Formats: sequence, C-alpha cells, structure tokens
Amino acid sequence: MEDIDAIAVLQDPVRRRLYEYVVAQDGAVSRSEAAEAAGVQRTLAAFHLDKLVGAGLLETESRRLGGQSGPGAGRPAKLYRRSGAEVQFSVPARDYRTAADLLAEVAEVARLDTALQAAARREGRAAAQPVKDLAAASAVLAARGYQPCPDGPVLRLANCPFHVLSQRHPGLVCGMNLALLEGLLDAAPGLRARMDARPGLCCVVVENSKTNDH
Amino acid sequence: MTGPRLAQLNVGIPNFPLADPRMAGFTSMLDTVNALADNAPGFVWRLVEDGANDATELRSPLGDDVLVNMSVWESREALWDYVYRSGHLDVLRRRAEWFQLPKAPFQVLWWIPAGHLPTVEEAVERLELLRAEGPSPRAFGFRDPWTAEDAGLGAAVS
Repeated sequence: MEDIDAIAVLQDPVRRRLYEYVVAQDGAVSRSEAAEAAGVQRTLAAFHLDKLVGAGLLETESRRLGGQSGPGAGRPAKLYRRSGAEVQFSVPARDYRTAADLLAEVAEVARLDTALQAAARREGRAAAQPVKDLAAASAVLAARGYQPCPDGPVLRLANCPFHVLSQRHPGLVCGMNLALLEGLLDAAPGLRARMDARPGLCCVVVENSKTNDH
Repeated sequence: MTGPRLAQLNVGIPNFPLADPRMAGFTSMLDTVNALADNAPGFVWRLVEDGANDATELRSPLGDDVLVNMSVWESREALWDYVYRSGHLDVLRRRAEWFQLPKAPFQVLWWIPAGHLPTVEEAVERLELLRAEGPSPRAFGFRDPWTAEDAGLGAAVS
C-alpha cells in the first residue's frame, strides 16, 4: 500500500480515535479495551482495527490474557499495538530528512552539542505555554507527537518525533530533544524533564520536580 | 556463550584534569555508569585498573593526556543499547562540556574470539587502523555492517 493510501485510512474519525488510543498505550491492547476507549461496539472496533493493520499502521500479536493454557483455557486474544513503520506524504514533495541528516552529521563531527542544546532550549522556551500539572504537560506533549503515557509518577514518551535521526546521531539529537523539552517546561515550575533512556521509547521523562531530587 | 564477541575502545582528551571541579559532572557519574554496564544485558567485560573501579588512570600509546575506555559485549545491539539507550546517554550527551573536540575517529569496534580479553595495545592498533584506512572488517563503527564472519571468526549472535 502506498504511503498516501495508508494515511487516507486514518480519515474516518472512529478509526482515527482507535488508532490514537492504541498507539498511546504502553504495549498491546485488546479489541474490547480499544472499543471501550473509543466509545464504539467491539465488532465495529475490530473492523477498523483490522483496516489499520492492513494499512501497516498497527501490528497484531496473540496472547493468552488469563495466563492459562491447555484444554478449556480459551482462544488466545488478538492484541494490537503501534507498528514500527513510518508513513509520510507531503504535497509538494519535501525531504527534510536528508537535510536534517546532513546537518546532524556535520554538527556531530564538529561536536556542536552544547550550542545545539542552547538553541533547542531557546526554541522550547519560545513555544512554552503555562502548564500547571502533569496532565496539562501531557496534553502539550501529545500535541507535539510524543505520545505521553503515565508510568507511576512519571510521564513516559512512547514516540520520539526525531526517531531516525536519534538512531543515527543519538548523543547529539537526544541531547537536543532533552533541551527542547526543558525549554518547553520552563513555564511549569512544578515539573521537569530529565533523561531516562531505555530501548523503544523517547529518552526523556517528565515528572514533578519535587520527586527524588538528585 | 561461545561465539565471537564485540570489543570496543573509545578515547578522549578531557578539557581539564579529572580532579578539576569542572569535571565533577563526569567523574561523579563514573561509578554509576560503570555499574550500569556491569549489569547491562550482553555485557562481558570492561577494562579496569588493579585496585580501581575504572581505567581513568591508565595510559596508552595514544598519549598521556588521552583517557581510554574499553569493553567487550555479546553483540552490537547489546553495546548500542547500553551506550545510547541507558543511563549512559545522560552522561554522553554532555561530552562537549568535558572532552576536547576529536580531530580523528575516537571509537572503534572489532570482533574477537570468545574468551579473549583484548589488551590496550591491541585496541589502539585497531583504532589506528580505522584512522589510517577507514572502516574495514577488522576495525569499524556502529554504522558499518561487518559481521564476525567477515572478520574470519565464524558467526556471532548478531
């Protein structure tokens, strides 16, 4: 399926809600869970979720939710989660990726980390809105594509908006990203962004600044 | 685990002597990032001086002002995840504060047989090979595709 067709699959508002719910969760979710979150019947949710899988936007896995196996344990549940695919389409054609990669390559060799972080912090501050708590921060971060999910006292970010760049230039780009988020939370005195890198997630978490000061 | 392993060396010239307060952000984190390595999936070994927890006092043919760090891992993925997707990233992102701008490649990867502990001299040879000839199966970087088989060592995990 071409990228433009995959994007078009998201036009249906119910399908869009289901997609956004599934990708915002940590791990895979069942049809029932997604249906309830989107406020639709399970069979309608199943129809839409399978369209999203067909478009390559979601993936499925099979798991026994009850943890049992053998006769009488029931069929394994079909679960859905975000796929690893990146889909983009721009009109007219734009290729910011190539330029970004070249700029990052040169900045890395020249070790411009400190200057880049300063620029990113200024950029974040310029875009900052007053944010009074973690829930409000979550909305701001969601609007910027980070897919925040609560994990106890912190917000983890399931999506790195700079993903491919962060794979190719991790020190440079992840440092930039942290600085950007620090700037963005500048108007939120009770909150802070800090680095907590682990595989598969954005390397930054957001938390209340009074937690475990170190 | 008896397959070949991945060795790495990275070097740098600190901006100030290690005892200088301006290096405190780095030196205060050493024990933490070293413990993270020791406990990371796929970690095999790291260079440590007798009686110390790291090799920050150790010097090599590269010069008296150059810090060296060397370790061995079960796979590229294990090393990459440690360097770039663990607490180590929080220190790495501040490298420009603490280390001079490298004028030549400062890290090298190479394949070694299981059970072999690389020496500093061997590691420096591999770095100099990379600097002289660019990436090859015997001295390469994360972006290069060579496997242990390409280096004549049989298959590793990945």
